Amino acid sequence: MFELFKARFRHGYQAIPNPLKAGMDPAFPGLPVLDKQMDFELLNGVCPTNAFSEQGCDLGKCIFCGACERKFPHMIHFSNDFKMASDDRQKLIMAPGANSLAPIEFRLPSQFRRSFTIRNVCAGGCNACEMELAACNNVNFDISRYGIEMVASPRHADALILTGPISRSMASALAETWQAIPEPRYLILAGACAISGGIFAESPAIDRAFLKHWEACLFIPGCPAHPLSIVSAITQIMGIK
Amino acid sequence: MLMTPVLYPELDTFLKWIRESLSRGFQPFAFFGTCEAFIYCLMGKAGELELACCPFPPAGRYPSLSIDFPAFQIFERELFEEYGIVPIRHPWLKSVRHPVNTQPAIEDYPFLASESPLIHEVGVGPVHAGVIEPGHFRFLMRGEIVEHLEIQLGWQHRGICAMLCDGALAQKMYIAESIAGDSVIAHGTAFCGIVECLSGTEARAKHIRTLLLEMERVAMHLSTLSALAGDVAYIMSQNLFAAIRTTVINSTLSICGSRFGKRALCPGGVNYALTQDLIEALKTKMKYCALQIQNTAEAMFASTSLLSRFDDTGKVSTEDVIRYGFTGISAKASGVPIDSRVDFPNWQYPAFLVQTESTGDVFARAHLRYVEAMQSLDIIQELLKRIDPQSPICTETASFSPNQIAVSIVEGARGRVLHIAKSKDESTALWYKIYDPSMVNWLALSLAVQDEQVSDFPLCNKSFDLSYCGSDL
Ligand code: SF4
Ligand code: SF4
Repeated sequence: MFELFKARFRHGYQAIPNPLKAGMDPAFPGLPVLDKQMDFELLNGVCPTNAFSEQGCDLGKCIFCGACERKFPHMIHFSNDFKMASDDRQKLIMAPGANSLAPIEFRLPSQFRRSFTIRNVCAGGCNACEMELAACNNVNFDISRYGIEMVASPRHADALILTGPISRSMASALAETWQAIPEPRYLILAGACAISGGIFAESPAIDRAFLKHWEACLFIPGCPAHPLSIVSAITQIMGIK
Repeated sequence: MLMTPVLYPELDTFLKWIRESLSRGFQPFAFFGTCEAFIYCLMGKAGELELACCPFPPAGRYPSLSIDFPAFQIFERELFEEYGIVPIRHPWLKSVRHPVNTQPAIEDYPFLASESPLIHEVGVGPVHAGVIEPGHFRFLMRGEIVEHLEIQLGWQHRGICAMLCDGALAQKMYIAESIAGDSVIAHGTAFCGIVECLSGTEARAKHIRTLLLEMERVAMHLSTLSALAGDVAYIMSQNLFAAIRTTVINSTLSICGSRFGKRALCPGGVNYALTQDLIEALKTKMKYCALQIQNTAEAMFASTSLLSRFDDTGKVSTEDVIRYGFTGISAKASGVPIDSRVDFPNWQYPAFLVQTESTGDVFARAHLRYVEAMQSLDIIQELLKRIDPQSPICTETASFSPNQIAVSIVEGARGRVLHIAKSKDESTALWYKIYDPSMVNWLALSLAVQDEQVSDFPLCNKSFDLSYCGSDL
C-alpha cells in the first residue's frame, strides 16, 4: 500500500492541462511549410506515397516519413504544429508558401456539442493508429473531459472513426458496423491509410469501395495521427474552443 | 546473415533431415514455399541455424509433419494456402490469412463444431468491443467453461510480403515500419538486417538501434501491464503504467519524431543522431521511469485481490512451449530461456541474463514483463553512456549480389522476429518472408484458455499481447 502511495505521489498530475494549446516536442513532424520554389517532381522522387503535386503536399497521402525534408530541406520543412485536420479531402493539400490549412467549417449539430460517442473500426492498418486513438483516453490526453467517448457498441455511437486502408477481409465487417450506427451518423478518417490508402494504396489486398458510398466529415492526417491532432480535430467540429 | 541452403532433390531426404534436426534439439523457425517452387525450412536453436530446401513435391502432397511435431502446424497451413500443397493428415488444414480471392471467403470459414447438446458456441469479432485490431474468436463452451478456442485471423491482411518484392527493396523501409505499429523497431531492424546482408553493408549506429529497440520493449511491456491491471479493475496501476508508457514513447519521439519509432531507421544506420543534450535528458527520464515502474509494480504484485486473478490462470506448460515452438514472453514465462538477443547477438548489448519465470500463468507473464522492462531500462542507461554523438549514423548501402539468401533475427517485445529473403538482382527481392512471433504464439492463447472460465479470456489474451497485423501481414 505504501508503495502505491509513493508511486501515486511521484506520479503527480499527468494530464495535459489544455490539449488544444499543448506544447509539442520540436522533433514532431506536424504541418509542413513548403517553399514557393518547390519542385514537386523532385520531391516525389523520394516520397513513398507521391504526395506532391503542383498544388502542394497532400497531407492525406503523406506518412510524415521525413524523406523529403532530409533530402531537400530548402524546399520543405515540417513544423511541430499538430493541429492539422480538415473537413474536406481537397483542403488537406498544403500549398507552397502557405502556413496553415483552410479552416474547418463543418460543425456537428448542437446536440453533439457536449457529448459525442465514437466507435473505432480498424481495417487493415498497422495498429499504431488504433494505439494513438486508445491513448486519447489515457490520463495524459483524457479526451473524455470534452464529453467524447469511445464506445464498444456501434448502437451507442454517433460516429465511426476509421483507421487502416480497409483490407478486403474487413470491407463487409466495416460496412455492417457502419450500418449499425443510428442516424445521424458521422464518419471520421484518421491516419494516411484511412484517408488515402497511405502506403497500401496500390495493394490488391485492399478494397476502398466503402468510401465511394460514404463521405467523411473529418480527416485527420498522420502516420499515425497524433493524439493531440485527434483531440484538437474532434473538439473543433464540436465547436469547443 | 547470409545462408546457403542445403538442397535435397528428394522430398524423403528433406523430411528426414527435418526430423533428424528436431531430434538434435532444433525448432522450426520458418517453413515456407517460394515462387521458385521450392519448400524451404529454417531450423534453429541457440546460436545455430540450418537452412535446407527441396522442390515442391510432384504430386502436390506430402505426409504432414504436424502430426508428430505440432510446431509445424501454422507453417504447413500457410504453405497450403499460398501454394496449394497438401500436408496429408494435417490435423486441421485451413487458410491462415485468406489473401485475395481464396476460397472459402473469410466470412465462410469453417470452425470446429460440436454436436453435443452440452456445448454451445460463442463467436466474437472480427470487430471487437474496444479500440483494437480485428480478429475472430470462436469458443466451444460448456456452461461458463471454455472447451476449445479457435482463433481465425487474416482480417488485417494487406499484402506486405508482395509489396516488399515490388521494386527496389532498400526503398521499402516505410513498409517494414508498418508491419506492426507496436514493433516498428523490431521489424524495422530485421528488415534493415536483410538489406544490409544482401548488399554486404556494415550498419552504423547500432547502439542507437539497440536503444530504440529496448525503449520499444519497455513501452510494450508497460502497455500490457496497464491493460492487465485494467482488466482486473486495478485502476491505479492501469493509469500509472499508461502514463509511464507515455513518457517512454514521447522520449522515442524526441529522438526521431514518432512515438513508435517510425522514421528512425534506414538501411545502413539511422536517420537521426542523438545530441549530448538529448542523451542527458533521456538518462534522467529513463531513470524516473524505472523508479515509477518499480513502485507501481511492487504495489500491484502485492495486491492479493489482483493476484487471485493472475495466479494459476491461463497456464502454458514447459512441454507445450517446446512442442509448439512458442517464443518470447510466452516461452520465458514457462521457464524456457530463449531470447534472440543472447542466442543470435547482432546488436550492441551490454552483458545481461535472460530472465524467466516458472509458472507459465498470467502472473508469470505479467511479472516477467515487469522484470524485463526494468532490465531493459538498465540496458538503456548503459547504452546511453556508450552512444557517441559525434559518430556517423548512416552509410550508403551497396547493390545486392543476386541469388543470395539472407536471414535476420531480432528479439522484439513479443519474441523472435524473423525475416528471410532472397535477392533476385542488384536491388530487388525474389521473395520475402516475415515471421512475427505472434504467428506461432496465437496457439498458446488457445491452449491457455482451455478449461478456464470464459470471463478470464480477456485477461489471458492480454497476458500474451499478440499482434494481429504482425501475423496477418
Ligand atoms: S514526409 Fe510525407 S511528403 Fe515527405 S516524403 Fe514522406 S510521405 Fe512524402
Ligand atoms: S496510417 Fe500509418 S500508423 Fe496508421 S495504420 Fe496506416 S501505416 Fe499504420
